[in-house]
Amino acid sequence: MSVETKSSNKVLEAVTAAIEKYGAKQEELIPILNEVNRQLGYIPTEAMEEISRRLKEPKSSLFGVASFYHMLSTKPRGRHVIQFCESAPCHVVGGREVFEALKEELGLEPNETTPDGKWTLITTSCLGVCSVGPVIVIDDDIYGNVDARKVPEILARYE
Amino acid sequence: MKMTRSMVLVSSDPISMQLGAQEVFEALQENIKAFGLEDEISLTMIGDVGRHDALPLVIVYPEAVIYGPVTPEKVPYLVEEHLYKGRIAEDLVASVRELSGRIAWLHARKGTLPAEQRIVLRRAGIIDPTSIEDYILNDGYMALGKVLTSMTPAEVIEEVKKSGLRGRGGAGFPTGTKWGFVAREKSEKKYIICNADESEPGTFKDRLILEGDPHSMIEAMAIAGYAVGADEGYIYVRGEYLLAQERLKKALQDAHEMGFLGKNIFGTDFNFEIHIHAGAGAYICGEETALIESIEGKRGQPRSRPPYPTTFGLWGKPTVINNVETLANIPPIINNGADWYRSFGTPNSPGTKVYTILGNVNVTGLIEVPMGITLREVIAIYAKGMKNGTNFKLAQTGGSSGSIIPASLQDTPMDFDSYAKAGVSLGSGALLICNEDTCVVDLAKVLLNFFRVESCGKCNPCRIGTQRAWEMLDKISKGQASLSDLDKLAELSENLYMLSNCGLGQTAGTPLRDILNYFRAEVEAHIRLKVCPAGVCKMEELIPHS
Repeated sequence: MSVETKSSNKVLEAVTAAIEKYGAKQEELIPILNEVNRQLGYIPTEAMEEISRRLKEPKSSLFGVASFYHMLSTKPRGRHVIQFCESAPCHVVGGREVFEALKEELGLEPNETTPDGKWTLITTSCLGVCSVGPVIVIDDDIYGNVDARKVPEILARYE
Repeated sequence: MKMTRSMVLVSSDPISMQLGAQEVFEALQENIKAFGLEDEISLTMIGDVGRHDALPLVIVYPEAVIYGPVTPEKVPYLVEEHLYKGRIAEDLVASVRELSGRIAWLHARKGTLPAEQRIVLRRAGIIDPTSIEDYILNDGYMALGKVLTSMTPAEVIEEVKKSGLRGRGGAGFPTGTKWGFVAREKSEKKYIICNADESEPGTFKDRLILEGDPHSMIEAMAIAGYAVGADEGYIYVRGEYLLAQERLKKALQDAHEMGFLGKNIFGTDFNFEIHIHAGAGAYICGEETALIESIEGKRGQPRSRPPYPTTFGLWGKPTVINNVETLANIPPIINNGADWYRSFGTPNSPGTKVYTILGNVNVTGLIEVPMGITLREVIAIYAKGMKNGTNFKLAQTGGSSGSIIPASLQDTPMDFDSYAKAGVSLGSGALLICNEDTCVVDLAKVLLNFFRVESCGKCNPCRIGTQRAWEMLDKISKGQASLSDLDKLAELSENLYMLSNCGLGQTAGTPLRDILNYFRAEVEAHIRLKVCPAGVCKMEELIPHS
């Protein structure tokens, strides 16, 4: 896979920064994982081991938490992550057509990453911007009132 | 604070920002300066105003004119006409619609347009959410001052009980009673939690309150803390709500600096601290015991109840958990009294309800109206009718706690008891209004897909049941099911309700029950005729096994 994995130094740096920010307490585990995920794009095994050591929490429970929440990923993802809302409010106003267009344009099924490591496509539950559905989110950018024809133009904005 | 003659507000929800709200804001700044009006006019970015059809919006008070969509090129004309010459720039006014709170009120008083009744959203979109001064000028922290200096904790609980306020997260449990449970617990430590993990599909009312009026949460939580004897609170805010988190952080900081949080608030011996805890994407964390687990840093899996959080909550201590909308009702109840609150809504469901209007209608958005209006009224008045003259088929009331409401129930008053009597549920207040192009099997499949993805996996009935239900619906949608599958589906719906550990599984069967109750003929058409009457499902030939 050509998706970039992170070097040990970077991982250590991210973990240290996150723990310094929130403190080495179990109740801060989710914010810490979230921060590492934001910095690195996912939570590498090495990061998990390091957090486990510093918080004195078993790796199993750490993995349990990291794999439970949608915003945390234990696998590398592409440079840009596309979240497609598959909940009912977006679905009834044309979401399905948008999803078909996305899959075709990227050549991806949900949870897959393009071979060049540029895109990861994931589906998500409601994002709370329903009055402008269908909605897709690319990284932190929210696109509302998307229709299938707009998809190529939206994707073209990303390097 | 400076006195100004006009107040200009720019919408800055994510979509507005996407469409250039920042540039519009800067152009306004520049042009207001160019006309030498900067001392007379205040200019503010206000977040989400609950209206999304003509973004970005520019709203000018006191005239309450809504302009939109506004581009930077139109700004010089707008400033010259309205702010300099004092004439409304008619050609830039957003096409008529009355979904915007204060604005709706002003029109309503002239007797032309239907009114909303804004209590929990009374400040959202009108004040600067990053300014504690704005909040204070609009009756902010008045209720907290009142309870701390002139009411006993028991009196506060009594007032909330008398108001009849019921939880707005979906279940409708009486808030005063819940507070009473925690108040009578003998414990050194108690907690107040604000459930801001809004993730019911189609619901974004809490986001508007958090983004537009963050101090109201702090004030309401402190009041709750005083009433039940808690000195610490958590706001569990959905991980995806970045702007809300930012606004809350700023609000907490300002409240601290001004002494509304911390030690000896209002010079009394009452202390209160609030922490923000962001979620990381899990619908189930809206369930109160899952939320507690998540704050404690664990997988968000619901606990077995009893014991309820009111006796064994966060870190085993008695805990009040209230939804954002519920809490937002508290300060107005304290300020104006229970009798005032009871003058809105119905006797058993007093007050207002925020609804999000979505789907195949002309106007989508958000309204706050008294409890007890009907779906027909919402569609005709606030949603301006169905899109392209299509017919109303059904409404889905949102997420796990809602129902599928057929057209025959559209005149049932929307309040907790009338809906319960009709065998349906109000849910979180999302009204997904669908026309005849919606297939009930397809819709139920989408809803069950949501449940099977979001099931936490702790208990078997839910983990396996939601998956099986989805598979059966998938079969029906492809014309591959038999009539006996419908009996299995009905049984599964019953089992989910009876056997699941928490609300997610218990209500996951609701769409199944509803489509079999109200739309059985349409479901059977998929099986008997291998036809989808709405033309949505693609039938597949079944390849016979050899």
